[in-house]
Amino acid sequence: MGFFKKLKRFFKEYKAIDVDFYDDLEELFVMGDVGIAQSEEFIDELKSTLHKKLIYDADEAMDVLKENVLKVLEADRDGHEYDFEKKKSVILVVGVNGVGKTTTIGKLAAMYKAQGKKVLLAAADTFRAAAIEQLDIWADRVGVEVINGKEGGDPGAVIFDAVKAAKARDVDILICDTAGRLHNKTNLMNELKKLNSIIEAEYPADCKETLVVVDAMTGQNALNQAREFKEATGVTGLVLTKLDGSAKGGIALTIQKELGIPIKYIGVGEGANDIKKFEPKEFVAGIFEGTE
Amino acid sequence: MAFESLTDKLQNIFKSLRGKGLLTEADVKTAMKEVKLALLEADVNFKVVKSFVKSVEERAIGSDVMNGLNPGQMVVKIVNEEMISLMGEGAELNFAPGQSTTVIMMCGLNGAGKTTTTAKLALYLKSKGKKSLLAACDVYRPAAVKQLEVNGEAVGSEVFKIEGSKDPVDIARKAVEYAGEKGFNVVLLDTAGRREIDEELMEELKQIKDNVHIDDTILVADATTGQSAVDVAKSFDERIGLDGVILTKLDSDARGGAALSIRAVTDKPIFFVGISEKPDGLEQFYPDRMASRILGMGDVLSLIEKAAQNVDLEESLEMGNRMKKGQFNFNDYLESMRQMNKMGGITSILSMLPGLGGQIPEGAIDEKVLARNEAIIYSMTKAERENPKLLNPQRKFRIAKGSGVDIMYVNRLVKQFAEMQKMMKKMPGMLRGKRGFGGLNLNSLMKNLKF
Repeated sequence: MGFFKKLKRFFKEYKAIDVDFYDDLEELFVMGDVGIAQSEEFIDELKSTLHKKLIYDADEAMDVLKENVLKVLEADRDGHEYDFEKKKSVILVVGVNGVGKTTTIGKLAAMYKAQGKKVLLAAADTFRAAAIEQLDIWADRVGVEVINGKEGGDPGAVIFDAVKAAKARDVDILICDTAGRLHNKTNLMNELKKLNSIIEAEYPADCKETLVVVDAMTGQNALNQAREFKEATGVTGLVLTKLDGSAKGGIALTIQKELGIPIKYIGVGEGANDIKKFEPKEFVAGIFEGTE
Repeated sequence: MAFESLTDKLQNIFKSLRGKGLLTEADVKTAMKEVKLALLEADVNFKVVKSFVKSVEERAIGSDVMNGLNPGQMVVKIVNEEMISLMGEGAELNFAPGQSTTVIMMCGLNGAGKTTTTAKLALYLKSKGKKSLLAACDVYRPAAVKQLEVNGEAVGSEVFKIEGSKDPVDIARKAVEYAGEKGFNVVLLDTAGRREIDEELMEELKQIKDNVHIDDTILVADATTGQSAVDVAKSFDERIGLDGVILTKLDSDARGGAALSIRAVTDKPIFFVGISEKPDGLEQFYPDRMASRILGMGDVLSLIEKAAQNVDLEESLEMGNRMKKGQFNFNDYLESMRQMNKMGGITSILSMLPGLGGQIPEGAIDEKVLARNEAIIYSMTKAERENPKLLNPQRKFRIAKGSGVDIMYVNRLVKQFAEMQKMMKKMPGMLRGKRGFGGLNLNSLMKNLKF
């Protein structure tokens, strides 16, 4: 069972705030992959508010916690975070191996296509065996065009060609797939910087979105992942995938709190339509009240 | 390398413990609270951490520890022992008796690294003299079969597939038949990634297991997984029954909590760990060695084993002799580079040394410089390699052109090489009798680093 579901049940079981309340709540946060340091911050903040406002009732405590979580999730949103979708723009998708980058791109392409946009994909994962084929199959399925490189070829060349093609073909949204790479491999991260600068040379900042894809099952390591990718490519949004499994997903809270990267999309299944815009209010309401 | 941050934290905690002549109960408790935080930060399962800390505390407090000669050291020893017991005994794959074919089913969540690991395992088994057939049972993910084929080719293993088939059970059955006919020792079933909540796909794995005799069911799990790592292992075990686990992506800076939790919670052993994207990046898992790596005590055993596997002893002995006489030449240099690469490259070797583990930042050792030096040496004539004294400016110029580098780099290499030779002449005593690891000399290794 996911962290957020457990949180919901937790507040149902507790009536009053006693000694065990904070300990159990902290355990819940840690078990939910929020991370020990961040968990303690959430708890301390809750504790001090409850003290100040003289709250002893678990229901009221829940409202306070809800506010706090929402505050974190909304901190980096100003209402313009999806503006890039209204312009002719480019999305660079980055992340470690196996988080679901290619699948996410397939889903995004399907979504934009359904909105009547002209989409182009760039298969710049020239490293992993059959990654290009995987993206080709997605492109076929969704019915969009794709710029291919050769396996083992230069990903920079693919991105460059794709950018040119996007302009020539008057494409609305260009989505670039990149090879999965562990964020602690300096050389691979440098390659990514290069890809990023090729794009930045052609697109103004407000028309470039960089999404880091994070597997919702990842533990505290995800924070390092997001940090390193942010440094290399100026990440502007987070996609949380595989939220339908037994994933805890608490790490998303930590990433947003620590790094200020807003969650933009969540992946909730394997079908082409299983991608959703992230709505903090709806999400938090889902956590605490079960409207989801 | 994985565990770095955990190793760092634990070492700091232990350092402050070791510094104390006498330990009070409060000292131990404070230290253990920090250990607890460090483990939680490393994604070790919450329940495992709780019981781990409790058992260390119980052993450390009230025993002879606090009155002993070096109480801090004793606590470290207890932590080490408890950590090993947490990870259980090392385990081997089950092989089918006699001449029959061993069937290994690989399963796991999407993106854990099943296909890559399947190929790596085939290569590993090949080194043990077993011929593997890879069966492409992932009929869902786009291009999964293609990926297995490319990987299979890279490790020299045949891939069994049925074009257009959507029936993994049938593919598995026919693969095993085919393997029996063609005399394969092992069949590796690469199954589709699945979420454990996906009843249909979990049922499919059960179907395969019901219809084909499976010797090992292996869960491939991502080492960066958080608290849910044990839930995943548990639910796969409950539904289909696991024999063991392979942990992947241990070359990330994963904190490796999964490695410490899975055995404790599910009682399933970890067979192997994946340590690079290359086909040979699969290592057998030894709990005791892993524990000492986590505690920053290095893993000399694995290093020696690697050396024994890869280093030609006679050649090394001869090289050692020449070194003693100060006759170390560029050919020897090339040879030592070659041997080091066979052992997984210098970074991986250094990370196994005590005191160094976890302290080599990625990029600190520029393997590119080593490659450049290699190119320069390859551009020398045979005579020049044997006798570096021949290298006059004209020759250096020719070499620079030949290897496509600036002459500055050639000069630098030659100069440093001359210094190294001088050093070696000066310290024959240090070299004598110390063959280092299988003839590889650590002093020269360390020296080479500065190039």
